[in-house]
Amino acid sequence: MGVLTDPKPRVKPRNAAGGQAHPSGDPRFKLIDRTLKRFSYQQDALIEVLHTAQEAFGFLEDDLLVYVAHQLKLPLSWVYGVATFYHFFSLAPQGEHSCIICMGTACYVKRAAEIVSALQAEFGVEAGNTTADGKLSLNTARCLGSCGLAPVLVMDGDVVARQTPEEALARVRELLLGAARTPEAMSELTPLSATEA
Amino acid sequence: MNRADLAAMAQREQDRQDAFRCRVLCCASTPCLSSGGTAVREAIEKAIKDGDLDADVQVVSTGCMGPCSRGPVVTLKMRGAEDVVYEQVTPEAATRIIQEHVAKNEPVKEFVFPNDAPFFAKQHKVVLANSGQIDPESLEDYVARGGYTALAHVLREMKPDEVCESITRSGLRGRGGAGYPTGIKWDLVRKSQSDKKYVVANGDEGDPGAYMDRSLMESDPHRILEGMAIAGYAVGAEQGFIYVRGEYPVAAKRLERAIRAAERRGLLGSRMVDSQFNFRIDIRIGAGAFVCGEETALMASIMGKRGQPVPRPPYPSQSGLWGKPTLINNVETFGSIAPIILNKAEWFAAIGTDKSKGTKIFALAGDVNTTGLIEVPMGITLREIVYDIGGGIPDDRAFKAVQTGGPSGGCIPAQYLDTPVDYESLRALGSIVGSGGLIIMDERSCMVDVAKFFLDFCADESCGKCAPCRVGTVQIYKLLDKITRGAATLADLETLRELCVMVQETSLCGLGQNAPNPVVSTLRYFYDEYEAHIRKHKCAAGVCALNEKPMSPAVVAPPRPKRKVARLDELEAV
Ligand SMILES: Cc1cc2nc3c(=O)[nH]c(=O)nc-3n(C[C@H](O)[C@H](O)[C@H](O)COP(=O)(O)O)c2cc1C
Ligand code: FES
Repeated sequence: MGVLTDPKPRVKPRNAAGGQAHPSGDPRFKLIDRTLKRFSYQQDALIEVLHTAQEAFGFLEDDLLVYVAHQLKLPLSWVYGVATFYHFFSLAPQGEHSCIICMGTACYVKRAAEIVSALQAEFGVEAGNTTADGKLSLNTARCLGSCGLAPVLVMDGDVVARQTPEEALARVRELLLGAARTPEAMSELTPLSATEA
Repeated sequence: MNRADLAAMAQREQDRQDAFRCRVLCCASTPCLSSGGTAVREAIEKAIKDGDLDADVQVVSTGCMGPCSRGPVVTLKMRGAEDVVYEQVTPEAATRIIQEHVAKNEPVKEFVFPNDAPFFAKQHKVVLANSGQIDPESLEDYVARGGYTALAHVLREMKPDEVCESITRSGLRGRGGAGYPTGIKWDLVRKSQSDKKYVVANGDEGDPGAYMDRSLMESDPHRILEGMAIAGYAVGAEQGFIYVRGEYPVAAKRLERAIRAAERRGLLGSRMVDSQFNFRIDIRIGAGAFVCGEETALMASIMGKRGQPVPRPPYPSQSGLWGKPTLINNVETFGSIAPIILNKAEWFAAIGTDKSKGTKIFALAGDVNTTGLIEVPMGITLREIVYDIGGGIPDDRAFKAVQTGGPSGGCIPAQYLDTPVDYESLRALGSIVGSGGLIIMDERSCMVDVAKFFLDFCADESCGKCAPCRVGTVQIYKLLDKITRGAATLADLETLRELCVMVQETSLCGLGQNAPNPVVSTLRYFYDEYEAHIRKHKCAAGVCALNEKPMSPAVVAPPRPKRKVARLDELEAV
């Protein structure tokens, strides 16, 4: 346990908050600062902060982990350890489009594995990776909680139900031809926690 | 807000709803939305506008109504008439429902899902009573259906020990998997001496193929908050946490809103419901790790650490979050609390079997005609669930097995279809009730492949802390893989059995201790299939490739001498 046993709010580190933004001036760091403040810079809030960081930046680059470690006064190794433990956090950039294939039990029984093979073959990328041109990230998930609709895919955030390998292929092709998400559009996305406030 | 205010609020909302001649409830949960629910709702609203029915008809977005594979589902509540459920509603059908049923009182028969269909008739809704009936984002709607009266009653009329005693008498057992008696757990935490205590709701729901908790959190969030607040009062805690799985952002959002709404009305927070009691609830979002469903790992995760379990004892009831006594229950367990308080423990105890009381929510999925969320009395048979509620297997194929309990459970074959579903009966069959996923499999599923699927899952999700789980699950997986490739010998089956026992007996937490269960149960009921893969190179379901051959006997090492538990250092070297 050691360093993390105290639930009481900690005194803010001198160099943090107080209007001192990240030197890059990137406005997305403000979102992280907001979460840091909401949790009074408690070290226990590490996972919440990483959630915000990933929502704002899309993935957790090294600089971001350093920033979070610094703000929470945690060793970088600790932050890295937590970020790599959880599947949700990604340390590499994601493709422009994403396709997640559910490989939970219900979907597996309904032959989701065939969909995975079909997509892997068609787009030349292993599940868990992004195509060389950075267009498509192919991932598998462990149950998306829509088991009644198996097999389930999530394409750019939309749940699509009861897919055959052929239908899935057609949909992903369509997705790649459709409007590309621009970086500007990405940064306009506000994280859930911020919109709720 | 006090009890009179609560009653007044309920009355106001009830009057408001009664003023409409008709209420149209549209299921707005993920399954229905992804089968076209949004277009249906738009069509309904347009038809209402076109027919000038605005003052007469109210449209409400609700949570899950149950028959997910038959979505989009719409329920029509006409004043003075029984509810009518419509299934597989298209936008055209939706327009007709408004024009014919609402305007002229002529139901659109083709789309009606009859109320007396076994899907509904065999269910008993206690925890899901409000799901699909109320707007999950409306506190008033929950209050109008009796919400928060159990909490108000407890705070005013009952002492903490009476609450624990009442829950014990109800016979409620934990719905998160292990089935530990809830009242006893509460009493343990109540008796622990400490300046601070915590209540945690486990909404991590990591079992693949299960989505009861997600649906409950999304469809009726206040019920969970009320249950937690009652628990807080009973055990003497002022702070609660709900740990929501990272894959469920909608559930987290709804709970967050519900907490804010309840706090604003003084139903949560300090001196709530005009009492001396304070209770706050915060949400923590998981980050995708199955092991975080395990209670000690979950608490580590709430404290911002890697979700790795620690050995028990000490149990969380003595030393949990930040070393303080902590009550941890599944969200469905908390969902059962308010009805028990309102209807009395004896009422709950009268439902179900001798040792398993009350109702249980199951997620019915796989090769079955109607998939969805069901709540049934404990003790119902598997056959009733599969053939009556689920409507049987598609295309009249043969039922092969039902998988219960997720990666910690097992597969139950056809000859046990008449087994009552309760904690003890399923355990006797080598499976568990678990959190409530029921995956039906027909003859096209290969049992070796299914076992391999779960071991792949467990090997991947093992947190890596203890060697039996970290190494053992991988080795079991490799052996199963060898069988499905056709490269295994019968000696491998022996090794497989030995390894399973070793991993079960020596792992640190429930993940490893239960990981071999899918293999053990399929070996028990489907040994023939394993043998056919090895001896005849045949996979009856046609799933496995079987495109390799065992190495020649000269190359294969002689089988290791039998011993009950293999030594770890040897296993690491395999
Ligand atoms: C590997 C593993 C995963 C678990 N996952 C969950 C889960 O997803 N949800 C849950 O409520 N309990 C889960 N549990 C059980 C919890 O440890 C704990 O027993 C439960 O939350 C207690 O609540 P209950 O008494 O209401 O069942 C899991 C246990 C293990 C060993
Ligand atoms: S198994 Fe795919 S959604 Fe649950």
